[in-house]
Amino acid sequence: MIKNILNLGDAALYCDFGQEVNKDINSQVIKYFKSIQKTNIYGINNLTPSYNKLIISFDLKKTNFKNLKKLIENLDIKDQNNFKNDKKEIPICCDENFALDIERLEQKLKMNREKIYNNFFKKEFFCYMTGFIAGMPFLGDLDTNMRVKRLETPRVKVPRGSVGITEQFANIYTFESPGGWNIIGNTPSKIFDSSKEIDPNLINPGDTIIFKKITKDQYQNYNE
Amino acid sequence: MNKKSYFKIIRAGINTTFQDQGRKNLYHIGIPFSGAMDNRNYLLSNALVGNNYELPVLEFAYQGPLLRYSGKKMNIAITGDVNFTIKRNSNFINGICYETFTIEDGDELDIISTNKSVYGYLAVGGEFSVKYQFSSCSINTRANIGANKGKKLESNQKIELTRLNQNISYRKLDYINTKIENIRVIKGTNFDYFSEEAKKTFFEKEFTISKLSDRMGMRLEGPKLENIVDTNIKSEGLIKGVIQVPADGNPIIMLSDHGTIGGYPKIGVIISADYDRLVQLIPGSKIKFKEIELSGAESLFKLYELETQNLISQINEFN
Repeated sequence: MIKNILNLGDAALYCDFGQEVNKDINSQVIKYFKSIQKTNIYGINNLTPSYNKLIISFDLKKTNFKNLKKLIENLDIKDQNNFKNDKKEIPICCDENFALDIERLEQKLKMNREKIYNNFFKKEFFCYMTGFIAGMPFLGDLDTNMRVKRLETPRVKVPRGSVGITEQFANIYTFESPGGWNIIGNTPSKIFDSSKEIDPNLINPGDTIIFKKITKDQYQNYNE
Repeated sequence: MNKKSYFKIIRAGINTTFQDQGRKNLYHIGIPFSGAMDNRNYLLSNALVGNNYELPVLEFAYQGPLLRYSGKKMNIAITGDVNFTIKRNSNFINGICYETFTIEDGDELDIISTNKSVYGYLAVGGEFSVKYQFSSCSINTRANIGANKGKKLESNQKIELTRLNQNISYRKLDYINTKIENIRVIKGTNFDYFSEEAKKTFFEKEFTISKLSDRMGMRLEGPKLENIVDTNIKSEGLIKGVIQVPADGNPIIMLSDHGTIGGYPKIGVIISADYDRLVQLIPGSKIKFKEIELSGAESLFKLYELETQNLISQINEFN
């Protein structure tokens, strides 16, 4: 449930679901997000679900904080889990040319690469949110023995398709972008497809993701 | 058959993009609003040439494009604070903002520079024929979406125009952009992460706009703001106007092409009424933040909107 609704500036509601990052709280956020999306409330022009917050942006010409807050507080949120979440498999190639930080991870985690990859590939990930750049999924949770900080000096350019880990999370760089996550491989899969006006994201909040290791040949001949 | 009208880009300028109202309801997949940075000047440019206010325009920053026109007589209007000329045969016509000019086949429109401001807008009496993506033509160079494959315009490109307005009468508005020094801010959701001194500093001292500013964000330099709780928060949504403070203590203001999620504490949010004038401030400008309550910000926005509507209605048409 929403613990508190504050204003973020004059044109957004900041809905606080708590401090922790876990699947239960995040599922609540996603439930509200999807319900509000379906309800189509006048004036709302954007929704940003994250680990434990939901930001509702609105057009100040059409409504205001006070009115919307009342509407959201009285919203009937479906309690049954009737929102369909997908399970998807994402291929990754972990060739040395792609696994930019595997040596650093071997040192920091005190584990050899075989072990690191074993731990990574046996994991079933949950998508908490997407964003920062278009389509980038924030996936969790890595086991405690796999958790490592960001690079001390972030890369100016992380190649498109890079799969990175930091703390309890994994993500995929949908575009070449600056970034500090530890890169362990690269996916040939189109995670964000701007040619699709509807559902351009392959991975959405609430989805379950597993990664599958592919060879360099499979990577080069990859066809969606 | 009429031949098509178009502009040939002789010089693209520094950051020339197509923009409109931007795209909504896509934050959750990582796509920001984008759209014209200075919304009032965008609307006014379209209003001056007699267009629907929400049509695409060319936005330029600092140095604008040099365009050679080919086609039927057409009205153009430029808004902002912009130096430009129109070269016809070997004569130069000095351009003036907030009035229409009728351009002819072979004319060269040289948008030389913005004057102590960042953004300017070129609207044509007709339509730029551009591709829309997610209901907007706005070019988002970070995600490569919008017109021109989501990339800024380059030299030698052609810009095609369609549905030219028959009416090419002269239209004009008496208006001068006002500068802003005091930016009004509502306290952010992490205001209490900062020391008592930092809170005071934030609302009392001057900050300088850094050169590292673009359509995504505006970085500020000045007194460092000390965080006494945590220099990171769990990543959460951002909106335009949010002022984040990373560990180095220098504030960053999120602008129209911002990343949709961020993990730095939010000390404040710029009010909607001050956004258009904020984005026009050039690097080196000094600003001060003034605290305001929500109800005050709401009234100021109503007033700002009303002013914009009044300006549109004050555009005079001459025959």
